[in-house]
Amino acid sequence: MSDIKFTIDGKECTAKSGQTIVEAAKANGIYIPVLCHFDGLKPAGTCRICTVKTGGRFMAGCTTPVAEGMRIDNMTPEIEDMRKQIIEMLFVEGNHMCPVCEKSGNCELQALAYRYKMMVPRFPFLWPKREVVANAPKLYLDKNRCVQCLRCVREIITTDGKNVFAVKERGGKTTINMDEKLAAGLSDDMAMRAMDICPVGCIIRKEVGYKVPIGQRKFDSKPIGSEIEGR
Amino acid sequence: MGNMSEVVKKCVNNYQKDPARMLDVIRDVQAELGQVSDAAISEIAGQMNVSSVDVEGVVTFYHFFSKDPVGQYSVYLNNSAVSVMMGCYEIAKAFEKEAGCKFGEVSSDGKIGLHYTADIGMNDQEPAAIINGVIFTSLTADKVKAIVADMKSGKAARDIVKEFGDGKNQSELIKSMVKNNIQKKGAVLFAPFSPGSALNKAVSMTPDEVIEQMKISNLRGRGGAGFPTGMKWDYTRQSPGEKKYIVCNGDEGEPGTFKDRVIFTEIPEMMFEGMAIGGYAIGADEGLLYLRGEYMYLKTYLEDVLSKMRQAGTLGKNAGGKQGFNFDIKIKMGAGAYVCGEESALIESAEGKRGEPRNRPPFPAQRGYMGKPTSVNNVESFCSASRIILEGGEWFAKMGTAQSRGTKLLSVSGDCKKPGIYEIEFGTTIQTLLEECEGRTAKAVQVGGPSGSCVDKTKFGQRICYDDLATGGSIIVIGQDRDILQVVHNFMEFFEEESCGWCTPCRVGNQLLLHKLEKVMHGHGTEADLKDMEQWCVTVKSMSRCGLGQTSPNPIYTTLKNFRGIYEAKIQKGKDFVSEFDMAAAVKDSCAVAGRKPNVEGH
Repeated sequence: MSDIKFTIDGKECTAKSGQTIVEAAKANGIYIPVLCHFDGLKPAGTCRICTVKTGGRFMAGCTTPVAEGMRIDNMTPEIEDMRKQIIEMLFVEGNHMCPVCEKSGNCELQALAYRYKMMVPRFPFLWPKREVVANAPKLYLDKNRCVQCLRCVREIITTDGKNVFAVKERGGKTTINMDEKLAAGLSDDMAMRAMDICPVGCIIRKEVGYKVPIGQRKFDSKPIGSEIEGR
Repeated sequence: MGNMSEVVKKCVNNYQKDPARMLDVIRDVQAELGQVSDAAISEIAGQMNVSSVDVEGVVTFYHFFSKDPVGQYSVYLNNSAVSVMMGCYEIAKAFEKEAGCKFGEVSSDGKIGLHYTADIGMNDQEPAAIINGVIFTSLTADKVKAIVADMKSGKAARDIVKEFGDGKNQSELIKSMVKNNIQKKGAVLFAPFSPGSALNKAVSMTPDEVIEQMKISNLRGRGGAGFPTGMKWDYTRQSPGEKKYIVCNGDEGEPGTFKDRVIFTEIPEMMFEGMAIGGYAIGADEGLLYLRGEYMYLKTYLEDVLSKMRQAGTLGKNAGGKQGFNFDIKIKMGAGAYVCGEESALIESAEGKRGEPRNRPPFPAQRGYMGKPTSVNNVESFCSASRIILEGGEWFAKMGTAQSRGTKLLSVSGDCKKPGIYEIEFGTTIQTLLEECEGRTAKAVQVGGPSGSCVDKTKFGQRICYDDLATGGSIIVIGQDRDILQVVHNFMEFFEEESCGWCTPCRVGNQLLLHKLEKVMHGHGTEADLKDMEQWCVTVKSMSRCGLGQTSPNPIYTTLKNFRGIYEAKIQKGKDFVSEFDMAAAVKDSCAVAGRKPNVEGH
């Protein structure tokens, strides 16, 4: 398998040709934080938390293919602080109320904030006015919590190839948008998939709330990244 | 409703329900209905068999599309920095008074809508506005009065124009009041050119020989990034695939740039011929000119130029007389989005989508327009290519500096007596340029537009070239009396709005930088705020996905370096923290109602 040799923070690694930096790091037991990235989906590179430095330049690890001889900086204080800034930006950009969010404990943004020991964001809160869409039968959309990862845009597509989710507006006004008619027609499995793939509590499946109680959820027992680092 | 449905049906059918023509469909629907409402969006989606959120995504991405009514006459007044310098807000007041509604509104009879817009490529004749696609320049309160009266009487926008600019602005198909303002002609672009000659010579060479000449010339992309054109063509030529495209980036959106406007008006044949040369070199049979929405007034004229070139045999079957070289050019219109000047965003937009840049790799040379190998080049680069083929790469490379060969077209505006177009040899200093344009009293010059750098007097000896002060052509002269922070603020508002919203640092970071700048401007800043700003600038520049985010903090970043004194004069020295909250202002209204004096001791 090992046709490419490269290093991450000085550690010798090997990868298959065509793998991205994030995939290759994972295969070598090295954690690069991701948020918009999701295994199996075409990388989007929206959140930028997987930013690494190579050849003196910053690049997103999820969209950049690994190349022979690459020397990648991953956990330097400079990069780690920039990643923390990204998490903080996402917190101030939306309205994230963890204690009342159904996704608490399963939320990747929350888990990253814990991992990066965010106490309070260094940025002022922007308090945007965001819409809550509750009139579709299967899904509930709370745009206050959206981090614009575009996972739902990439994954939730109807059987005849139409996008159920897309973004609208631009700049600071950019938000996720759901085609309510198409969403109503989703199968139960697809609707559940929409909630599961959302890294935060923006897309919520109706009728099945709090199936797993808070305290027993994914990141309640083990921190994010430990599944890769712990191997 | 019945009517709406019929209109949509007609517009959709005009483009054979092709999703790649989505921008055209939306533009036509809006022209007929005065808006693209939710109902119209869902009708378009239904008839084109796509999701309604995809249509809404496109409608809400572009500045000239609107879900709300824009008015029978939609006035788009430019409020970018130079227009503000030239009195844009006085003109705005005049429009409001005459039209009877505020900016951001439509008059109660639905007739006149007033909107602000970003730079429209008229910086040398501001304040300027676009009304129903027609350009109105050098506006005064009196002109506004007459224009509004004409609108009220129902005159077509085109008939409201009473004076005409110079050169081909007077031609029947343009009939515009826009002036060329060509102040200095150089050897490459504005030397005499005989249409057809460059392509004829190119097709007598092999494609490899054409690329070789481009490489010898060392021509670098004239949009600002400066990638060698010969290499770009070579990569695209080498890319496997039968079908390839050559695309002309006619989306000059950098505030302060208007050079392409003048090329389109005066020497379009030279540019189209450059595209044909590029097409011949890379092996493309189709070219696209992506024209910014602001230049809609030139579309009919440019279509006519293309049609004449077809008649002359320069385009079409056996183009330039070369057996088997079939090449033609189409024009695609933008709709108001700065980010579409980024080549992959431009390709997305040309495909009828939101103009969001793509991730790289793959590069456009590998997979570009419609997934095919594509070379996207600047308007001026194509003109230069025509000249290089005529005169040879070595001739071209004799001009300029080591890293920047040839001449550069500059768009000069702001506080100078001779704003307009200057074709200079690379290596000219800012000081020399200031003397030529009679802007000697400048205290600052914005080189390369907002995404470039703001330099102070001590740097006026620097040269304009890729190895010193790089620019896509925008030069804004800032005079002694100007408030530089106001200019910086204008630029940051621009970037905040023009961010495509895709990646976090650009989408959020620019909002945060803008807020922080306002905090400092309002006198609530401390030394810590300046340090924060510097650090946040670096984060946004380092982590953003495309050139927009990587340069958007530059207005703050470069003025913090070159004009630190003006920031320091605004902050409260020696304090660690100053509250942004103004208690007296917050309770003012309620105190007025209660008839009490605010008691804000201790706050």
